[in-house]
Amino acid sequence: MAETQNIIQMKGIAKTFPGVVALEDVDFSLRKGEIHALMGENGAGKSTLIKVLTGVEHPEKGSIELDSKLVQVRSPQHSQELGISTVYQEINLCTNISVAENILLGHEPHRFGSIHWKKMNEQAGQAIKRLGIDIDVTKPLRNYSVAIQQMVAITRALQILSAKVLILDEPTSSLDIHETNLLFDVMRKLKHEGIGIIFITHFLDQVYQVADRITVLRNGKLVGTFETASLPRVELVAKMLGRSLNELDAMARAKYEGKKEQDKKRLVEAQGLGLTKSLDPVDLELNEGEVVGVAGLLGSGRTEMAGLIFGIEAPDNGSLKVHGEKVNRFSPRESLKRGIALCPEDRKAEGVVGDLTIRENIILALQARYGWFKFISPPKQSEIAQKFIQLLGIVTPSPDQLVKNLSGGNQQKVILARWLATSPQVLILDEPTRGIDVGAKAEIQKLVLDLAEEGMSILFISSELEEVMRVSQRVVVLRDRKKVAEYSGDVDDQTIIYCMAGNL
Amino acid sequence: MNKTPLLKRIRESWLFWPLVAWVIILLLNVIFQPEFFKIGIIDDPVYGKHLYGNLVDVFNNGAPLILVSIGMTLVIATGGIDLSVGAVIAISAAMGAVLINPALGNKLISNEILTRNATNTPLPLIILATLAAGVVCGLWNGFLVSRARIQPMVATLILMVGGRGIAQLITNGQIMTIYYTPYFWFGNGYILGLPVSIYIVVAVLILSWILVRKTSIGLFIESVGINAKSSYFSGIDEKNVKLLVYAFCGLCAAIAGLILSSYVHSADGNNNGLDYELDAILAVVMGGTLMSGGRFSLLSSAIGAVVIWTFTLTMYTFGVPANALLAGRAVLVLIVILLYSDQTRQFLTRLTDSKETHRYLNKLMIWKGSRHGTSN
Amino acid sequence: MVRRIRPTLLGYAPLLTTIAIFFLAYYIGAQMYPAMQNPQAFFNLFINYGSLLLVSIGMTLVIITGGIDLSVGGMIALTTAASAALLKNGASPAVVIPLMLVMGVVIGFTLGSIIHFFKVQAFIVTLMGLFFARGMAYIISLKSVTITNSFYKTLALTQIPIPFVSNAYVYSYALVGPLVLLVAFYLAYFTRFGRTVYAIGNNEQSARLMGLPVGRTKILVYAFSGFCSALAGIVFSISLLAGYGKFASGLELDSIASVVMGGTLLTGGVGNVIGTLFGVLIEGTIISILQYNGTLSSWWTRIGVGVLTLIFIGIQSLFYMRQKHS
Repeated sequence: MAETQNIIQMKGIAKTFPGVVALEDVDFSLRKGEIHALMGENGAGKSTLIKVLTGVEHPEKGSIELDSKLVQVRSPQHSQELGISTVYQEINLCTNISVAENILLGHEPHRFGSIHWKKMNEQAGQAIKRLGIDIDVTKPLRNYSVAIQQMVAITRALQILSAKVLILDEPTSSLDIHETNLLFDVMRKLKHEGIGIIFITHFLDQVYQVADRITVLRNGKLVGTFETASLPRVELVAKMLGRSLNELDAMARAKYEGKKEQDKKRLVEAQGLGLTKSLDPVDLELNEGEVVGVAGLLGSGRTEMAGLIFGIEAPDNGSLKVHGEKVNRFSPRESLKRGIALCPEDRKAEGVVGDLTIRENIILALQARYGWFKFISPPKQSEIAQKFIQLLGIVTPSPDQLVKNLSGGNQQKVILARWLATSPQVLILDEPTRGIDVGAKAEIQKLVLDLAEEGMSILFISSELEEVMRVSQRVVVLRDRKKVAEYSGDVDDQTIIYCMAGNL
Repeated sequence: MNKTPLLKRIRESWLFWPLVAWVIILLLNVIFQPEFFKIGIIDDPVYGKHLYGNLVDVFNNGAPLILVSIGMTLVIATGGIDLSVGAVIAISAAMGAVLINPALGNKLISNEILTRNATNTPLPLIILATLAAGVVCGLWNGFLVSRARIQPMVATLILMVGGRGIAQLITNGQIMTIYYTPYFWFGNGYILGLPVSIYIVVAVLILSWILVRKTSIGLFIESVGINAKSSYFSGIDEKNVKLLVYAFCGLCAAIAGLILSSYVHSADGNNNGLDYELDAILAVVMGGTLMSGGRFSLLSSAIGAVVIWTFTLTMYTFGVPANALLAGRAVLVLIVILLYSDQTRQFLTRLTDSKETHRYLNKLMIWKGSRHGTSN
Repeated sequence: MVRRIRPTLLGYAPLLTTIAIFFLAYYIGAQMYPAMQNPQAFFNLFINYGSLLLVSIGMTLVIITGGIDLSVGGMIALTTAASAALLKNGASPAVVIPLMLVMGVVIGFTLGSIIHFFKVQAFIVTLMGLFFARGMAYIISLKSVTITNSFYKTLALTQIPIPFVSNAYVYSYALVGPLVLLVAFYLAYFTRFGRTVYAIGNNEQSARLMGLPVGRTKILVYAFSGFCSALAGIVFSISLLAGYGKFASGLELDSIASVVMGGTLLTGGVGNVIGTLFGVLIEGTIISILQYNGTLSSWWTRIGVGVLTLIFIGIQSLFYMRQKHS
C-alpha cells in the first residue's frame, strides 16, 4: 500500500488572466509513490494549475506545500531546485548529441578540465537502467524512437534534478501501444521508488491502466479527486462533461423540419479513412442539408478526422470521395475548390492572420479560391466583412481593425466568417463556439441549423455535448482515436456518454 | 468625427521615418555644404538639354539600388531573403554586353565594331534576353525555396557564390566594354530633362504597385509572411506566391543590371552590383518591412534606397576619403539594425507608454497651451 | 528488446564522402599534372591555404550553432593592414601579434553580443562586421604596405622538414592551422562549451531548457571565430610579408564552401572540424589544378566552388528532409 504522505499539497489556488478566470479555489494533492491523473477538457485549467506548480505563473490566492513545508515557487528554475520536474509533449532535448549527453550535459563529470566520457557514459547507462531500459547511451538521441527519447527526458529529469515529483504532460500522444506500455512500466517502477507522478492525459483507457487517483477540473473549478478503483468510467466522463448521472434531463432540441427522410445527396464519403498514430480507420458519410455532430473527449481523434477530410494531411489508409469522385491530392486548396471548408480548432496557429485587418481575414479564403487576378476590391471586402460582422455579432469599431487586437471570442467569429464567406457545400466546424459567450453560442447554433436547412452539410465538433446534441441529425462518437459508434439524432445523452466512456 | 488627426496619420505612415532620415541627411548638407544642392541645366551634345546636379545623381545612380530594393521588398515580405541580387545584376549586364558583341574566345574586338557602332542582336531582343535571364535566376531561387524547401538564405547563397562565375563564363572572363550607343540611353539618356532611369524606376514602381495592390497577390504575400500556416489552411497557394516573388526580384535585378551596364558602358562580372544585396536589405528594413515578413510598402523601401544613396553621395562630396566609405556604411548598417530591432521597439513602446512619459508630456502640453491661451 | 531505428547514414557518411572526394580530386590532378605527384605538392596545400584553414575552423563552430560569420575576410585584411602599419612604425612583433589576437576576440565578441542581445540575424550583423573591418583596413592604408620586420621574415622563410618524407617541408606558419585544428577538436568534443555548441545548433530552445549556458556560448563562439580570423590574418601577413586592405576578398565564401564540403550543415547541429580540414584541402586541390592548367582563368574556380557547394547543400537537404519525415 502506498504511503499516504503528501509530497504536494495545493490549497485554494486561484488565478485570473485578463477577462478569464483560469482557476478558482482549486485543491490538489500528490502522494509519495503515486500516479495521479489530471484530467479536464480545454479551458478546464489543467495547464494553468501545472504552470502554478512549476513557477511559470504565480497564483493570486492559495498555498503550496512541499513535504508539509510552505513554499513559494518563484520560477521554473526554482521549481526544479525544489525537486519538481516536467517532461513536456515536445521533448526538449537535442537529438544530435548522444543519449548520455542528453542525460548529463550541464553536470557532466570532468577530468583534468575536460569531459570524462567513460565516466559520463557509465553514469548515464546506470541512470537509464534504473528505468529498466537498456540502450547504448553513446549513440545520438535521434537514433531512437520518440518513446525512448521520452525516457531519456525522464532520466534527465530524475538524474540531474533528483526530482521527487515528475509531471508528465500528455506523454502518450505520439506513442503506439507497445511504447505506451513501456512508458507505463517505467512509471510504475518510479512509483515504487517513491516518486510522485502527475499524469496529464485525455486517454481514458490509459488512466484506468496506471493511475491511482484521478483529479477532474472543469471550467477552472475542481470537480473532485477520486480513487481510480472506485470511479466507474461513465461517471468520470459525466464529471468531465459537467453532468451528474442522476440529472440527465432530456433537452429541448430544435425541431428540424425539412428533407429529413428524403434521399439526400451524398457529398462526402470516407471509407476506412485513417492515418497511423492519428486516427484509426473511420467510415463516415456527410450528406446535403444535414448536421453530423462529433462527440468525443479532447484527443479522441476529432481534429485529426476533420483534418483528413479537409486535406491537411494525406491519409495512409482508406479512401475519401467528394461529390462521388475519389480524392487523390490532399490539400486545403483542393478542398476549398471542391467546396469543403474547415474552421480549425487552433485559431491562433491555424486560423488568425493577426497583422491583417478583419476584412482581410474574412475574405482570405474566398480570395484564395478566386485566385490571383480576380481581386476583391477593398470596398467590396468591407461590404462582405460588414455582412458577417453583423451576422455573427463581431464587436469592433471598424472592419479595418487588426485581428490580433480582438478578444479570443471575436477572433473565433472572424475565422468562422472567413469560411462562411466561401459559401461552402460542406462546412467542418471544430470547436466553433470556444471562447464565445453564452448568448453568441446560441446564435451560432441557430446559424448552423439555418445553414443546414439551406442545404449545407455540416460536421459539428465540440467538447460540449449539449451543443452537439442540439444541432445534430446524427452523432458520431470517437474515443481514443477510434470511431466507436454512430447514432441518429434521437439518441439521448446518457447513451452517448456511456459510449464515450467505453467499457464500464 | 472619428478621423485621426492629420499629424498622427503622417507620423504613423510607413513613409514617415525613411523620409525623416532623408531630411536629416539633407539638413546635414544644408548646414555643412550647401553646394550639394546645386542644380543646373546643361546642354549636352548627345542627349540634349537636361538637369544636372547631385540631387539628380542620387536618383539616377541610385536607380539600380531602388529597383533591387523593390524586388527585395516582396521577397522579405514573404519571410525570405535574396542574397543573389548582386550576382544577377552581373549576369544580366554580361548578357547584354555579350549579345551586343559576342567576343568569344580570345577574339579581339575588331576595329569595325569599334567604329561601326553596331550590335549583333537587335536592341529589343537584347532587353528581352537580359530580363529573361533575371527571371530565370529568380525562378531558380524560387524553386529551391518553395519546392525543395531549402532555407532562403542558403538557397540564394548558392547563386550568390556561383552567379558571378556564370557572369564571367558569359563574358569569357573579360571585362567587356560596350560601344553600341543606343544601349547607353538607359543609363545616360534624358527625357524632358530628367534621366531615363528615373522614368524606368517610376514605371516599375507603378507596375509593381498594380501587380500587388490591384490583384490579390499583395494580400497573399503579406498573409504568407505573417502566418504561413494559417495562409495554407485558408487555401492560399503559398508555393507559387513564393516562386513569384523570387522571379520578380530576379527581374528587378536584371533591369538594374541593364541600367548599370548601360551607365558605365561595360559589364564586369566581378564588380557589377557588388554589395547590392546588403544595401537592398538595409533599404527594405529602413522602409519598415520586418525581416520576418508581413506588411510591406514598395514606396517606403524605395525611399530607403534613396536615403542610402544620398548618404553615400553626401559622404563622397564631404570629401570623406574613399577608403573610409566602407566603414561609414558599416556604421550606418549598425545604427539601422539596432534602431529597428525588436529590443529598441519594445524599449520605445515602454518609453512612450509609461505613465511617467505621459505625465511629463502632459505637463509640457499644458504649459504650452497656457502660453498660447488655448489647450488643445 | 528495445526498439531502435537503424542509425541513419548521417553518422559517418558525409565525412567519408568528403575524404573520398579529396582523394579523388587529388588523384585526378596527379594524373593530369605529374608535378602534383611530388609529395611537396600536398604539403604546399598547407602552406598556401593555411589562412583559409584557420578561418574555416572558426567558421565551422559558428555554423554548427546555426549562425554564420561573414566578417572573416575583412578581419584578415584588417589584421594584415594593422600589423603592417604597426611594424612599420617600429612596434615589436611581441606586441603586435597578441594585440591583433585581442582585437579579433573583441570584435568577434561584440558581433556575437549584438546577435544575441538584439536578436538580429547573424548574417546581417557579421556582414556589417565585414564592412567595418575592411573599411578600417582601408582607413589605415589604401595601398599595400610591405613588412620588413626580421622576426616575420624569419618565420616566413624557415623551412621545417617533414619527417619520413624526403625533400618535403613546410614553412613554420603552415603549422598554425593544424595546431588550431587540434585545439578546436578538443574544444568540440571534450568541453562543455563544444557540446553546448552542438546542442544550440540542434535546438536552441531545448538547450536553454536543459539549463545550458546558451547566450554565453553563442557569444564565445563568435569570439573564437574572431580569434581564428585574426590568427589567419597574422599567418597571411607573414606568408606575404605585406598588409593590404584588399586582401582575402571573398574569402568568407570560400570558407563557407569549405565548411559545407566538409559535411557541416548550414542549418546547424551537424558537422566537425576534421571534415572542414578536408573541405579546405579539396578547395586547395581544385585551385591548384586550375593553376597548373594555366589557361582557365580563376572565374572557373568561382563556378566550380558554387556548383560543388550546391551539390553538397542539395544532398544535405535531401538527407535532412528525408530524416525529418521518417
